[in-house]
Amino acid sequence: MSEIIKVGIADINLVSPPNIIRTTGLGSCVGVILYDQVEKIAGMAHIMLPDSSLSKTPTLNEGKYADTAIKSLYDMLIKSGANGKGLKAKIAGGAQMFKFTSGSEMMRIGPRNVERVKEELSALKIPLLASDVGGSSGRTIEFNPENTLLTIKTVNAGTKVI
Amino acid sequence: MDFLKIQPIHLDVLREIGNIGAGHAATALSTMLNKAVDMKVPSVNVISFEEISEMVGGAENVVASVFLRIVGDAPGCMFFMLPVEQAEQLLEDLLVGQTVNLTSGDDSDISLSALQEVGNILSGSYLTSFSDFTGLNLQPSVPATSIDMAGAILSFGLLEISTVSDYAIVIDTAFTDIERQDEVKGHFFLLPDPLSFSKIFHALGVPLDE
Repeated sequence: MSEIIKVGIADINLVSPPNIIRTTGLGSCVGVILYDQVEKIAGMAHIMLPDSSLSKTPTLNEGKYADTAIKSLYDMLIKSGANGKGLKAKIAGGAQMFKFTSGSEMMRIGPRNVERVKEELSALKIPLLASDVGGSSGRTIEFNPENTLLTIKTVNAGTKVI
Repeated sequence: MDFLKIQPIHLDVLREIGNIGAGHAATALSTMLNKAVDMKVPSVNVISFEEISEMVGGAENVVASVFLRIVGDAPGCMFFMLPVEQAEQLLEDLLVGQTVNLTSGDDSDISLSALQEVGNILSGSYLTSFSDFTGLNLQPSVPATSIDMAGAILSFGLLEISTVSDYAIVIDTAFTDIERQDEVKGHFFLLPDPLSFSKIFHALGVPLDE
């Protein structure tokens, strides 16, 4: 029996077959999947903000920021038996849900999240094999570690698989 | 913003803001529709980011929403949100003789701008009374509309809060059609930015213990 492992907002989780991993309602947030196809293990982070320097809290929720979440997801995968050199990535999200004429920095958070995620991945030398980012629609994503396919559902544009 | 310093009286103050604000908005809605609109007693909750989407049926649930930023003395976000079918019903009541389909994906649709205008009027009346009640200078930004997943929409309003907390204080008022009391028609969410709470409490004479 396969289960669906859920990833909440600002959350990180791991999955291995036959289970799949899922996060719902990504807007400006970015869902990052790192996976090792040989060891058949994957992990997902639901990132809200680009950089942990934005945090004003004494304790840091690592899953919330692109810089800390990707490192933490990487470490979790290595600890669970993934091969660091074999890791690959897929990402989705980073939409601009609302269009305002006066654009403050927070309004551009989706694209900024995507940029930062890409920087972190290249710093860790993890190839980004597929992405579905930007636009102005929310996304629900599901990753299957067995076939490494990422299924993306949107309200207006239907479902696609990358 | 330290949630530990929040006393029951502070929650009462926030509930009263919701009560007065949404009361004005309900009156405006009732006038627009020319029928009775009822509102529930506002709830004020300190909730996790996950839970906020649950209030409108889950992160994936598709809703029609109007969002605006509050600028001025106590910045924050405001959402008017309702299930798509009920938004279509509301707009058909307003645009007599027209069939409204909000999910056709046509941005030029008159119904979208009508929805934006409804949101504008309602949140404007909410905000004006909030401003009058607190004496704070508060102005709405131009509203923006979106028909999409509740989680994707609400998370946008949580960005400011997320830099200081994993929880948000949400002032939620649910509306019902008076003829069908059990059915919630829509929600008004007021999410003050973290730094705004002390200003609101100060303005109303119940400062937080610093």
